[in-house]
Amino acid sequence: MSEPSPKTPAPAEDAESEPRPGRVRKPIGWSTIIIAVLVAVSAALVWRRDGTDGVLDILTHDLSLFSGILPRVLAGCLLGAFISEILPHEKVSRSLGPKSGLMGLLIGTAFGAILPGGPFTAYPVASALLAVGADFGATIAMVVSWTLIGYGRAVAWEIPIMGTDFTLWRILISLPLPVLAGALGRFVYVRLYPKPERKGDET
Amino acid sequence: MSAALLIDILLWGSVFGVGLIAFRRGPPVFKASLREGSMDFINIVPRIALGVIGSGYIAAIIPQEVITGWLGPDSGWLGIATAVVAGAATPGGPVIGFSIGTVALKSGGGVPQVVAYVVAWALFAFQRVILWEIPFMPARFVWFRCAASVPFPFVAAGIAMVIGKP
Repeated sequence: MSEPSPKTPAPAEDAESEPRPGRVRKPIGWSTIIIAVLVAVSAALVWRRDGTDGVLDILTHDLSLFSGILPRVLAGCLLGAFISEILPHEKVSRSLGPKSGLMGLLIGTAFGAILPGGPFTAYPVASALLAVGADFGATIAMVVSWTLIGYGRAVAWEIPIMGTDFTLWRILISLPLPVLAGALGRFVYVRLYPKPERKGDET
Repeated sequence: MSAALLIDILLWGSVFGVGLIAFRRGPPVFKASLREGSMDFINIVPRIALGVIGSGYIAAIIPQEVITGWLGPDSGWLGIATAVVAGAATPGGPVIGFSIGTVALKSGGGVPQVVAYVVAWALFAFQRVILWEIPFMPARFVWFRCAASVPFPFVAAGIAMVIGKP
């Protein structure tokens, strides 16, 4: 993308300059409702078991957790936004799109393995990749690679708790899995949705 | 604490790095992505709040002992299947997941079962899916990703059986 267009919410741009497809911001969807119900039921069960104190204990603990997480969430969102703005769309859809083949899955895997940070980076960035033309297969490879062979969690938690030997051995076993998961995802996706999904504009 | 600090440094360093690249493309690009990122953040905060606070309550009604019980010395593929379910159902963060794995290893759980547990936890732990993946990703991607991942704890356990212990 030689000339990045400034953010234009209007879809009426010529196809050449291709306005950024702007990530889909879901309104309150069914998943949020299910989770809210699940939370309400759980909180009610905790209240019945432990009383109001039990409910408040968890609330204060989780609120402090929440305030600690917030800055990282902001960082993750900014990272995702910048990455989707600076990555050239045609190149991404060529190297990570539905026709990218094994190479696309390998690039997704490598990207997931070197991505810094935790879930607060991985998911915004994965979402950004989807928005700029990566397909489900490559994005699945990236997410699975981040969770299975990414160094962040391994260094911070797995090695101290489970030991270096187990961790390295477990990562070794996991090495082929992101590519396989991405390939399976892509294989199923093209059969379930034979026509390419329209993402705002024709791409 | 130091690991968390390192993560933060790497994270903000990366933000700064890509931000600089965006800035070099011109201030409008930079401003647009800054606004886009902030809007994402504002939109995601209520769902993160629901996830963080909610998963605390969900975790409180799934006691750790239940999970540990599922990871008994039950060997074979049934044990592996149980380990996979246990991994998905494990509440809490990485400390709890890995600690349960360590306890299972020390108390005689089979290595392939523990590998299946750890891999399944990494892939499916409900708390991470609820708290992070669903808010950030399209719903269809999330269920697709989970479905495409189902075979792989079993594959990992199979590889572990073939190549042996660490």
